[in-house]
Amino acid sequence: MSDHRPQRVRVTGPPRYASGPRSRIGDVHDQTPLGDVFLRSLLKEQLALAIRVLVLVGLTLGLLPLVFHLWPGLADLEVAGLPVAWVVLGGLVYPFLLLMGWRYVRSVERNERDFTDLVAGSERPTE
Amino acid sequence: MTGDAVPGLVAVVAVTVATLAIGTWGLRFSRTTSDFFVASRTVNPRLNASAIGGEYLSAASFLGIAGLLLVGGAQMLWYPVGWTAGYLVLLVLVAAPLRRSGAYTLPDFAEARLGSPTVRAACSVLVVGVGWLYLLPQFQGAGLTLESAIGAPRWVGPLIVGSVVLVNVMSGGMRSITFVQAFQYWLKLTALLVPAMVLLAVWAGDGRPGGSGSGDGWSVPVEGGGAIGLYGTYSLMIALFLGTMGLPHVVVRFYTNPDGRAARRTTLVVLALLGLFYLWPPVFAALGRVYGGDLVADGHADVLVLELPRLMVDGIGGELLTGLVTAGAFAAFLSTASGLAIAVSGVLTQDVTSRFVGERGPTASVAAAFRLAAALAVTVPVLVALLDTNVGVAQSVGLAFAVAASTFCPLLMLGIWWRGLTSAGALAGLAAGGLGAGGAAVLNVVGVEASGWLGALLVQPAAWSVPIAFATMILVSLATASQTPAHARRFLVRLHTPEVLEVGHGG
Repeated sequence: MSDHRPQRVRVTGPPRYASGPRSRIGDVHDQTPLGDVFLRSLLKEQLALAIRVLVLVGLTLGLLPLVFHLWPGLADLEVAGLPVAWVVLGGLVYPFLLLMGWRYVRSVERNERDFTDLVAGSERPTE
Repeated sequence: MTGDAVPGLVAVVAVTVATLAIGTWGLRFSRTTSDFFVASRTVNPRLNASAIGGEYLSAASFLGIAGLLLVGGAQMLWYPVGWTAGYLVLLVLVAAPLRRSGAYTLPDFAEARLGSPTVRAACSVLVVGVGWLYLLPQFQGAGLTLESAIGAPRWVGPLIVGSVVLVNVMSGGMRSITFVQAFQYWLKLTALLVPAMVLLAVWAGDGRPGGSGSGDGWSVPVEGGGAIGLYGTYSLMIALFLGTMGLPHVVVRFYTNPDGRAARRTTLVVLALLGLFYLWPPVFAALGRVYGGDLVADGHADVLVLELPRLMVDGIGGELLTGLVTAGAFAAFLSTASGLAIAVSGVLTQDVTSRFVGERGPTASVAAAFRLAAALAVTVPVLVALLDTNVGVAQSVGLAFAVAASTFCPLLMLGIWWRGLTSAGALAGLAAGGLGAGGAAVLNVVGVEASGWLGALLVQPAAWSVPIAFATMILVSLATASQTPAHARRFLVRLHTPEVLEVGHGG
């Protein structure tokens, strides 16, 4: 029985820093031309998605001060008895930001899922 | 001290006892080094989001905003909007990659990304600096609140808040603080929402009287004064939108998520929780316009939230509501101060105090170093708060946001999305942004008065200091392109790859 005792394995936690030579797995993956293309496209897609959200915020919230600066008369406009600036910046803006965040998370997770399927389907990255 | 003091006193004691009790209860879960710093990375998104909300909603949000809105009108709405939108920027640009970097603190991230101990040291100095800047107004505000609520001398607040924070942080570290912070978010929301509902009902019962003096710019969401006012509004937006991601106590929370996906979901819940909270300060401001005219005239608009219940409701009802809002205000000081103390202690532990604590086995020595660091992190700003009470609360907070937006924001954004960042570029950018925004703010605080454009540029430096920091970081990195860290590419791969693929994770 004792002859078949499994070999001892040293169990350690993950290293604290990513720097320095550690794992060969990632390096191998880095140098695969196909993997390189996949990663480049994932990075580009994620950044494009982030920039789209930021541009949308810039074109909505970001333009509000300018609009009220150029057309001061807008400030006297009322919605349901309240000044329009208070309705927009005191209330509506929060569901708007949440909606933007929710849509971003949905898209970004779909990107990552597609990427995972693509990579896992064509070559095992960890092998 | 009079009968007026009773509800405030009861509220302060109750919040203190509850905070210590929850902190002690959390202690039984804290066993390892990882528990102390990042709660062993096992905090689920909803609990973590409540904790982030609890930590983020400082006295400036609970007390300050309503007062600012009462006096300044709609242009001040950009503060709560900016503080919330900052989380959307953080969500799309840094949340998941920051978590995947696997670092404990901002200096850890900088060192892992750039492999330079010098950049790490610069970041540590900045974290401690921004953290202390932000802690100072919390302690000072606690002094003012206790003075107004129970008539205590001004040194009592800093001492009480400092001691409670210290006990909590030292005993349980991040794990115990997570429960405390989550509890305090819901306490703060209740303490604002319930009085707001009651006061709205009272207002409706009074026949919905209108506010005084409309048409004085109260409904204009942009600063007055032509182009200079427009500049001020945009500069404020830049500081708040971009500064959030660079606040040390916000960033450290992202390391407590289990993975990048959870980090994103946490941020999304935070967006919802902050929105829910910030709906209510404008209600107080609007009611303050109807019932609190005397507060503005006396220059006491900053205690509007504490005083309004008594002004509108007589007898025991008013006293109960006063107790509730006092509890919320006190929770705001405790939670923000705890979060900042944790972040500053984490950095001090790794870079300073662990050198003075002997090698008594890894867990024991790290915990001891952490406790020593926590004592240092809390004592210094408490002493400053006791000595000097002339730095404005809002000034310090605004300064912290502008400095964070001009230093950590470019470092994080370029570090996460651009392979070409070098240590020389990062250092130059941190110096340019830190000296620019920090210098402008120091001139403000020491009382340099300037008018016109120069004054606007000094009061709201973010619109010029953030672009300068970005430009410096990019240009110097391009000039030293040969020094691009060899592992930069591999590090970026790790930041942007889903954990399920296990590329560069663990190992």
